Amino acid sequence: MEQFLNIFLGGLFIGGIYSLVSMGLSLQYGVAKVLNIAHGEFLMIGAFATYWLQEIGFNPLLTVVVVGPVLFLVGFLLYRTVFTSIRLRSAHPGIYESNSLLAAFGIYFIVQNIGILIWGTTPHSYTYLNTSISVGGALFTQNRIVAAAFAVVIGIAFYLFLTNTRTGKAIRAAAQDPSTAGLMGVNIDFVLALCFGFGAAMAGVAGSLISICYSLSTSMGLGYTVIAIVVVTLGGLGSIPGSFIGGFVLGIIGSGVSYWQPGLTVASYYVIFIILLLVRPKGIMGKQ
Amino acid sequence: MQPGIPVLLLILIALAPLYGSGYIVTLFTYFILYMVLSVSWTIFSGSTGYISLASAAFYGVGVYAAAMFGERMPFIFVILIGGIASFILAFIVGAITLRLRGIYFAMFTFGLVVLMKEVIHYWEITIEGTRGHFVIFQSNETIFYYLLGIFIVTMIVAYIIRKSRYGLALASIGENEEAAGHTGINVTMVKVITFAISAIFMGAAGAVMATKFTYIDPGVAFNPMMSFSPALMSIFGGMGSIYGPVVGAVVFSYLQEWLMTGSLKSYYMLIFGAILVATIIYLPSGVTGLIQNLWRRIRGAKSAPTRG
Repeated sequence: MEQFLNIFLGGLFIGGIYSLVSMGLSLQYGVAKVLNIAHGEFLMIGAFATYWLQEIGFNPLLTVVVVGPVLFLVGFLLYRTVFTSIRLRSAHPGIYESNSLLAAFGIYFIVQNIGILIWGTTPHSYTYLNTSISVGGALFTQNRIVAAAFAVVIGIAFYLFLTNTRTGKAIRAAAQDPSTAGLMGVNIDFVLALCFGFGAAMAGVAGSLISICYSLSTSMGLGYTVIAIVVVTLGGLGSIPGSFIGGFVLGIIGSGVSYWQPGLTVASYYVIFIILLLVRPKGIMGKQ
Repeated sequence: MQPGIPVLLLILIALAPLYGSGYIVTLFTYFILYMVLSVSWTIFSGSTGYISLASAAFYGVGVYAAAMFGERMPFIFVILIGGIASFILAFIVGAITLRLRGIYFAMFTFGLVVLMKEVIHYWEITIEGTRGHFVIFQSNETIFYYLLGIFIVTMIVAYIIRKSRYGLALASIGENEEAAGHTGINVTMVKVITFAISAIFMGAAGAVMATKFTYIDPGVAFNPMMSFSPALMSIFGGMGSIYGPVVGAVVFSYLQEWLMTGSLKSYYMLIFGAILVATIIYLPSGVTGLIQNLWRRIRGAKSAPTRG
């Protein structure tokens, strides 16, 4: 029972973080149609920004107030400078998608190596709220529970923003059909850049939360990108609730596999991805 | 382009071991390796527009073929095994994934590299209780000439495919896949076969290069950079002509040779990323495309086509 709780709750806690990372990618890929392979690098930047800020005395949980907006701005400007021009030059959506994937790979190399030049390749860590509490016999450090709770609150807040505001409606319209949304008076370049910015902000905030519980390194990003891609495929392209739920599902699966065979965790994500693509490419909550 | 100049260049390169130092031979070996990878990447991805990031997987299969069979049979057979094993892997992967949209194909192929690395690493550690393998040694000259041979075959195959009806089918898939299907092309079949053919050369090149390392492990064999480099080199060089990927390969392998040594590695990767982004935004038809456009303008053509 304790073992089961360990795996299940451990999966739920990390799943909350996965949800946040994946919702970010879902906005970038599902709406802005950029399969942003550099997504995890924004997460890495967020994690190291929090590390820096807590070094000079800030509360790590409060750093999200800085990290979120700054990365939003970075993502927004990046979309306006790089991806808008690729979109306008591409003859059809397929070319836009593959060219923006390659550009995202370029950004991945740029951001990661800037990170390496600043912070090196050795892992960094700090301690915050690391006393353990017992949940039905299974022990968890407080920081993991707090980080997961923060991630869930941010995720739900963003979902309410999407469903209850005018801007949220424009984003959902752009997700369904960008060209028609454009004809209905939605400023499509602005909305897509907004989505990309929100995606980067979520990755950054997720990075801040990860830095609270785990050690960080400049090479941490790609693993989270892979997870986010699997979750977005699992939850259905462009479905924010799908990514939210998918994050928890993958968290629990990953937690189970790493308990049984730690060496096969990454491989298991990829196997899930293959099966999904072959059996149900639209995901569990996809509508297309 | 006239056939004279490339043939002359090829002869000059082929004679490098006679006049050049050991360093020159090694440098040229890397040039040729990346030329093989880029040209074979372009055979499939350049014409169809499907971005394959599986090059490292096929290259790695070749590397492992050399590690497993290198001691038991003549070198040429090992190279053939590397090529054939890659062909089979590409055929299976292609048959599964080439019905999917292009973006899923790209992700799938990238994941394949990671999966193979992880699974083989796991296999070696837990089942075999080792990490990596030794590969039988070959002299630098042998490696050089075998690679050169593979390069010549790759160029000939790329040329034949481009000039044949088959190449026309590929190009029409790249332009508009649905329309290509309606004209009677078996779209999936053409894609799968071409993908598998392009993998042969990557696997063969991997089998040759493995002997240069003498000791290999999954990290060396399935290095994701071997997937990105051919893509960037081809896009940078331009995929409108058969020489584009060759030009891109020479430029970047020289840059890599210059910057990858020592502590400058991060700068190389940074420049690599920046050039990738800049090329996609500003040079969609690559360097050779740009030169062709400029040439047309100089000769006074009324309008220079933007896409080559």
